[in-house]
Amino acid sequence: MNKLKNLSGRLNFGSTLALTLLVGIWSIPTIGLFITSLRLRSEAEVSPWWDGFFNPLGTVWSLEAYQNSLSSGMLDSLINTIAVTVPATILPLMIAANAAYAFTFLNFKGKEVFFAILVGLMVIPLQSALIPVLKGMVWFQKTFDIPLTGTYASAWVVHSAFALPLAIYILRNYMLSLPTSLIEAARVDGASYYQIFWRLVLPMSIPAIASFAIFQFLWVWNDYLIAFIFVGEQKSVMTYRLLRMLGQYGEGWQDVAAGSFISLVVPLIVFFALQRYFVRGLTAGAVK
Amino acid sequence: MGDIVFGLIAVIIGIAASYGLYWLLNFLVSLLPKKIREKANVWAFLTPALVLLIVVSIAPLIQTAVWSFMQIKGKKSEWVGFQNYAELFTDPNFLGILLNNFLWILFVPAITVTIGTLVAQLSNNVGPKRERIFKSLIFMPMSISFVAASTIWAYLYAYSAPGRPVIGLAQKLIETAGVAEPFPVLQIDDFRLNSFLLMAVVVWLQVGYSMVIISAAIKAVPEETIEAARIDGAGPFQVFGRIILPQVWGSIMAVFVTVLILVMKIFDIVLAMTRGNFNTSVLAFEWYKRYFENSDTGSSSAVVMVLVILITPLVWLQIRTVKHQEMLR
Repeated sequence: MNKLKNLSGRLNFGSTLALTLLVGIWSIPTIGLFITSLRLRSEAEVSPWWDGFFNPLGTVWSLEAYQNSLSSGMLDSLINTIAVTVPATILPLMIAANAAYAFTFLNFKGKEVFFAILVGLMVIPLQSALIPVLKGMVWFQKTFDIPLTGTYASAWVVHSAFALPLAIYILRNYMLSLPTSLIEAARVDGASYYQIFWRLVLPMSIPAIASFAIFQFLWVWNDYLIAFIFVGEQKSVMTYRLLRMLGQYGEGWQDVAAGSFISLVVPLIVFFALQRYFVRGLTAGAVK
Repeated sequence: MGDIVFGLIAVIIGIAASYGLYWLLNFLVSLLPKKIREKANVWAFLTPALVLLIVVSIAPLIQTAVWSFMQIKGKKSEWVGFQNYAELFTDPNFLGILLNNFLWILFVPAITVTIGTLVAQLSNNVGPKRERIFKSLIFMPMSISFVAASTIWAYLYAYSAPGRPVIGLAQKLIETAGVAEPFPVLQIDDFRLNSFLLMAVVVWLQVGYSMVIISAAIKAVPEETIEAARIDGAGPFQVFGRIILPQVWGSIMAVFVTVLILVMKIFDIVLAMTRGNFNTSVLAFEWYKRYFENSDTGSSSAVVMVLVILITPLVWLQIRTVKHQEMLR
């Protein structure tokens, strides 16, 4: 018994050591950029960030880069990103919840085929659809004189469409685990399908909705391509601006670094506050 | 300030309108005679999703497929059959791009899954408190955008010309290793070195995901099977290799396929770090370049169709996995 205890102690120590090393390597890139974001331009240009790490007292720390970054447009981009992300998270969830409800509790012809197509769409690259959608929008706004490209709304629609397959899939999986007897009882009591959805199924599906919401929120917040094509320059989101800053090294690394961290704040808060739900959402998709 | 107010109003109107849509659909259905109503009910829930998928996803996909057989210049467009494809597959640059995609597929999913499994298994040994800390730190990059991750790594790879102070960690390491003349690492395409440097970013981002899934699977392995093996005298490596690994293999494969699909579509990182230069381009980036830089609708459509065709076998795999899970239910 003692030997076994000894072995598990050694296992514990060895594992901790290996993990500490790995986590150290994993954190280096982020730490490097973070330190840089807190330095002055004059310093960041001539001395590497690890000088600041090994000699924190001999380094001048400053928030100047954050001020620069925010005042040169990052604050506007933060607002644009929120305006794109919030509806692009809520809308697909609402549409997907309705569709998942139909897939779970209602019977209709061709259900299996629909579902197979849906699963297939989870894999198809969205690039295969973007250019026709863009051209279609351009045609539409020329014909009807309603601006579409360059607005938040176009990004909402496109993000919603591409989120649907996975959202419907995850929500349907969850709804399948709800007790059908409850729904049947409500039917007997004379509730319509519409009432059952809003009063019964939707509130009961909140856990699955929450975990997909986190997933979709992070996805849209971090997206570059759709924002670039459909929102573009006028209402540039943070990824868009960040990429532009990265292309112009003239500003110095510290501003790019600060910009990156400004774009990271919200996802990191969401992530650490809601990690448990996020993990649950991920595992619901892959592990049974 | 005006922007915030406008944005807020737009958000509220957008959400209210979509709620109203479902209310309206239900109202319309309730006007129908009772016989049809049962059937129409389904469509009140399904129509918005269906319309959105057809208009923004399926019809455009078909359109792209059609365009890939056409040459489109301004307002003029004509059928050219397989010419766009023929040009792609005789272009050595494009074959290099396919090679890059192949390398991404070959290395990234396997490495990601291996490190993820390693972390999952190791963190299982260290007690709940440390496990939580270690896992959070490895998982953290999951919340970072590809663009922000690219800035983080571009800084590691930053190159300072001779005589300028070194600020990039990669360059410092090369100097320390004793290479006399430093070089910009992202421009070195011998053995596709630069592509591997880009792959490192994706591994860094995705290991957290693979760890979370595989860790959940490891924790679901019945304790008795492990206990029995220990009593029979199996060491920790044997327990892992013979008992745990076979039981979590399904989850490992699921992660593998998910990362594989992600990697095939990889785009932002190439755009942000090299703009596809120095032989680092991949299919999704080539699509972007051919349309947004060269305005060549026909050939960019052909590029993306090649990607779709390569990814289709995975659709089949995905459908099979779903069916499999359905049976387990």
